[in-house]
Amino acid sequence: MVTDPLVLQLAAELFPNGISRYAVGGLLVGLGAVVIYIGTGIPAGASTFLESTLSYVSDRSRFQRYVGSRDWRVVFTLGIILGAAVFAATVQSGVIATSLYEPGTTGQTYELAGITLWLTEVQPWRLFLGGILVGIGTRIGKGCTSGHGVCGVGSASKTSIVGVATFLLVAIGTAQLVAALGVSP
Amino acid sequence: MSDDRHPLFKPLIFVGGLIFGFGLGFSHMARPEVVLNFLQFEDFGLLFVMFGAAVVSGIAFAVMPRIRDTAPLTGDLYERRLKSFDRNVLIGGAIFGVGWGLSGICPGAAYASLGTGNITILWALAGMFIGAYAQGYWRSRTAETGSTATRAD
Repeated sequence: MVTDPLVLQLAAELFPNGISRYAVGGLLVGLGAVVIYIGTGIPAGASTFLESTLSYVSDRSRFQRYVGSRDWRVVFTLGIILGAAVFAATVQSGVIATSLYEPGTTGQTYELAGITLWLTEVQPWRLFLGGILVGIGTRIGKGCTSGHGVCGVGSASKTSIVGVATFLLVAIGTAQLVAALGVSP
Repeated sequence: MSDDRHPLFKPLIFVGGLIFGFGLGFSHMARPEVVLNFLQFEDFGLLFVMFGAAVVSGIAFAVMPRIRDTAPLTGDLYERRLKSFDRNVLIGGAIFGVGWGLSGICPGAAYASLGTGNITILWALAGMFIGAYAQGYWRSRTAETGSTATRAD
């Protein structure tokens, strides 16, 4: 077998954790959206859950627009949480081993009732402040990484492509700046 | 949309969410560190998550309208996800980008992260609800006090 060593070296630098876990995970994320679309015609995004769930506790007109969809959005979100929990109980815990999955070394793991769980080491203030900006931005910008990024880009929507390009470039600039300031993790 | 939908409507949404969340866990996109590594050009693997998912959904968006007109569980038309473009897409996208770049977390991945046992992510989820509430509160106010008080966006 002849493999160009330059290609291998480049792949090792750009993809230090390989590509299979990313590609397989991405296909499953897309498949989840497709299952919902085929059955219901709904191109599902994850961020509207924030506003639609607030309609249970706030009478504000902005939230009340989502009363019709808030129940299924809760179901969708519970599905996402449980799906990730199934991943934790199987692949993350090593119960199911596959060569397509690279465990990785980020964060730290802990055991609970025989299940391997995972904790981030990113500082709480970053998560909290970032969360606030994500909450504001995705609502003003009409979508997030799943609404714009998966369903919108999949729809070849110009609005979504511009939206994704905008948040991707700004996020890269922000992450580089924060790292340059010495904030880690 | 009303509540008298097909009895399989919510079960199907749930199954779709399960696959979606499993994929976010498997891909490690539910780990803020991995997202930050991507944004800092240390690991480009996340491109395969985003574009892989978009290609899969793109096939369904292209094919389903040709096979049938309406979805079996809702009777809704098979349409693409198209949103109108205005300045808000850029402003909101930029604010979202700062938040994503600072925290490494976006809404779907945050829900999934909780499922992998990452209880620290509750900080991000609390922030998201506060941000979405502040934005909705402000928008409701400007809609009510504005001279042309339309509820449409």
